Amino acid sequence: MPLAAAPDFLPALPEIALAIAAMVLLLIGVFRGEGSTRLVSWLAVLVLIGILILAARLGLDRHVAFYGMFVTDAFGLFMKALVLIGSAVSIVMAMRYNEEHQIARFEFPVLVLLATTGMMVMVSANDLITLYLGLELQSLALYVVASFDRDSVRSSEAGLKYFVLGALSSGMLLYGASMIYGFAGTTSFAALAKILIGASHASPGLIIGVVFVTVGLAFKVSAVPFHMWLPDVYEGAPTPVTAFFAVAPKMAAIALFIRFLIEPFGGMLAEWRQVIVFLSVASMVLGAVAAIAQTNIKRLMAYSSIGHIGYALIGLAAATPAGIRGVLVYMAIYLFMNVGTFAVILCMRQNGKMLEGINDLAGLSRSQPGLALALAIFMFAMAGIPPTAGFFSKLYIFVAAIDAKLIGLAIIGVVASVVGAFYYLRIVKVMYFDEPAGAFDRPIAIELKAVLVVTAIVTLFFFLLPDPVVGSAEAAAASLFPR
Amino acid sequence: MSHWPLLSLVTFLPLVGAGFILTTRGDAEIVARNAKNIALSTSIIVFLLSLLLWIDFNPATAAFQFVEEARWIKIGGFAINYHMGIDGISLFFVLLSTLLTVLCVAASWQSVHAQVKEYMIAFLVLETLMVGMFCALDLIVFYVFFEGVLIPMFLIIGVWGHSNRVYAAFKFFLYTLLGSVLMLLAIIAVYFNTDPHTMDIPTLLASSHFSFGLQKWLFLAFFASFAVKVPMWPVHTWLPDAHVEAPTAGSVILAGVLLKMGGYGFVRFSLPLFPLASHYFTPMMFALSAIAVIYTSLVALAQTNMKKLIAYSSVAHMGFVTMGIFAATSEAVQGAVIQMLSHGLVSGALFLCVGVIYDRMHTYDIARYGGLVERMPAYAFVFMAFMLASVGLPGTSGFVGEFLILLGTFRVSTLECFLAATALFLGAAYMLYLYRRVIFGTITRDDLRNILDLTPREKAVFAPLLILVLWMGVYPSSFLTPIRASVDHLVQQVGAAQAGQRASAE
Repeated sequence: MPLAAAPDFLPALPEIALAIAAMVLLLIGVFRGEGSTRLVSWLAVLVLIGILILAARLGLDRHVAFYGMFVTDAFGLFMKALVLIGSAVSIVMAMRYNEEHQIARFEFPVLVLLATTGMMVMVSANDLITLYLGLELQSLALYVVASFDRDSVRSSEAGLKYFVLGALSSGMLLYGASMIYGFAGTTSFAALAKILIGASHASPGLIIGVVFVTVGLAFKVSAVPFHMWLPDVYEGAPTPVTAFFAVAPKMAAIALFIRFLIEPFGGMLAEWRQVIVFLSVASMVLGAVAAIAQTNIKRLMAYSSIGHIGYALIGLAAATPAGIRGVLVYMAIYLFMNVGTFAVILCMRQNGKMLEGINDLAGLSRSQPGLALALAIFMFAMAGIPPTAGFFSKLYIFVAAIDAKLIGLAIIGVVASVVGAFYYLRIVKVMYFDEPAGAFDRPIAIELKAVLVVTAIVTLFFFLLPDPVVGSAEAAAASLFPR
Repeated sequence: MSHWPLLSLVTFLPLVGAGFILTTRGDAEIVARNAKNIALSTSIIVFLLSLLLWIDFNPATAAFQFVEEARWIKIGGFAINYHMGIDGISLFFVLLSTLLTVLCVAASWQSVHAQVKEYMIAFLVLETLMVGMFCALDLIVFYVFFEGVLIPMFLIIGVWGHSNRVYAAFKFFLYTLLGSVLMLLAIIAVYFNTDPHTMDIPTLLASSHFSFGLQKWLFLAFFASFAVKVPMWPVHTWLPDAHVEAPTAGSVILAGVLLKMGGYGFVRFSLPLFPLASHYFTPMMFALSAIAVIYTSLVALAQTNMKKLIAYSSVAHMGFVTMGIFAATSEAVQGAVIQMLSHGLVSGALFLCVGVIYDRMHTYDIARYGGLVERMPAYAFVFMAFMLASVGLPGTSGFVGEFLILLGTFRVSTLECFLAATALFLGAAYMLYLYRRVIFGTITRDDLRNILDLTPREKAVFAPLLILVLWMGVYPSSFLTPIRASVDHLVQQVGAAQAGQRASAE
């Protein structure tokens, strides 16, 4: 094989193209100055769409590149699609907000693109080194984005908090990775999987290594007890940034989590399952209970996302193709519900000032029935009430849990979902049952309106045509498991 | 007509009506009027279509009829089919839902002023979900409709209810949700414990054999859901709150149809799918039913709020129903179905009766009334008719149901039959006591001196209910004939399964 000497770049083409595009956009921004924000933003959206098409054109087959350090497969494509959609929508939603808050700088879309590059590398990581590379590329861009409103104390604080805790988690992850390398002698996922197939039991050093990496990843997906940074960052960061945090990095981190535990360490299921079960139960319960007392809707969404991660982890704990399918369907639907909810939050402005209190939504059903209806749909979906999409995401998770005989976990899950339903219903109650507090500014920006309409329709009418999402999740999940 | 997807039409036509209402624009006054007219005409068309079901229904067979089946989701072996059909057990529940929706829309004509458009949409959506639930022949489809009902009902109680509506709406929603999610897990477990895996209800009914140990757990999970819906003692506490706070039409649907979803679930799923567990838990069900009938009847005697009184009487009447279902004899189960239909009509009518005077006086307090017969003779007559039907006077629908249940239960447990019979006496006591305080006596309050009798619109709402209650009481065969084949088949199947277990135990 004469060509083997040169690394095969083709599978990594979307990532490479995205990185180059980000730099080109940076140049455009630099040369055209501050006035170019809108242009750069729209170009960034176009780039993300183009990358999505490019990634899809590469197909579903499994390819490795860079001597096995980088992999593309159906699973990777599915998660990359979610990441790209999440990033693109976040840029669209941020435009008007940033302009109104005098933080419309062209660096924002560029940073989002760079973070997205990192996320795509995370999704495709097939080696501990690639894993760390992607994670740090993503994180560094995110730290900056979190404190993007640099004149605001809250935003700077959020960025700093995120940085300190993120660095801590990266440290733990690195420590775990070094333990794994020390005890297994390799960083390659494929080689690790091979070692574990032969071994009768995993060595304690390897277990410690896996646990440390799991802790690092649990920080990134904000599973309890590693969630403390999340509510503060959600509350402090500018709202469109929060929306971005709530969707794209979550997708990448959960994808990395799945691939890391299933592909190289699938053989150690008995060891890591108890950790995941604990994370899952703790996240679901804390997410449901702690959200009840919140008065700020962004903090509420933070606890809500902690709870949702708990449900997704049920599927990972099942560790079957059905379980992973459940996680993928869950994350896809979660993306739509969450984007929609944040689009509504971005509409909460009165006299040019953003509102974040739950009580500010009072009587929304009378002042803006369309907006209230959309948020009600998202809230019922998050609570998992049929026929909304949220029901189906939970259904597939619980199907996997029962199939894997994790019945206790499933029961805790449904009971927590009833507790969680309380605070989602509270938002519906405030909008529909309470007296109006004062209307929000109108008109709603056209791009927000478009996002709202699309996400609401997808969330409400998912049941009409679930096959495309569930079917591709099925194929994606199957690609993780050796046939 | 057999080529028409009649069931889907009946199920989803209300949504079309709701869609039309959604598009109405303009002046609030005109929007409200159009919304009412569209809602009324849609619900009448749906009701007429559902009558076709009765006309074309073949009472000779226990099989499902008007069956429609279409692939919905099939990925990786986890198949959910859109499968609809009705048998003798579900037929009249569909009709009950469509009829009560018409009456609810008509009854709300003048009593709802705020957000009329949304109100009518909520009722039409509710109709779709109720009808769909009774027709669903796939467990997931059933569950989607079953739990979907919570959304419009939550909004109806919360938006158009009375002063303490938020508390009642939350209690209603969370109570029922907790029960249903446990059932969802049981549904998934049913799926994985059948071979081949299936969610198809007719297939499950015909060929499911779960081990006794599994049946017990599955039964309890389904029980959690249905017992809250029925509601059985001690999980009935959401009902009085929900009824008191709900608007009149909301109460009618709640008592008339939503409570029946629990009883229907017991008959459709618990009994035939888990016959051994049903037998095992019969003493528990009997005990809870007996407590429900006696205890809640006594509680009803002490009420000072009319709606609460009728709500507690509902718990008592539904106690009869659960008793009849788990007696599992042909008479008792038929009686339970008839009793549910009768209770749907009678309690719906009683809530409408209460709504009539609430619209005039804006209070549910019994002490605020008295001597209404002087000013409202027609109302007094209507109220009396339904009050007596609720008590179970021969010649009304209430008698047929209660008599059949007692007859069927007597063969199983004399003690249970005796306990339940005492409740008949208590039921007469609290209903007559209510009637005396509200209708008889002399008018002592000045504001009652000008109260007006029933309007023609109100009479038109009560007329069909009154006719049906008497029809069911005088000539129950019209209703029993379609029910019989399905119930007989069910009871026979349950008996065979239980006999099989006895044989293998010996």
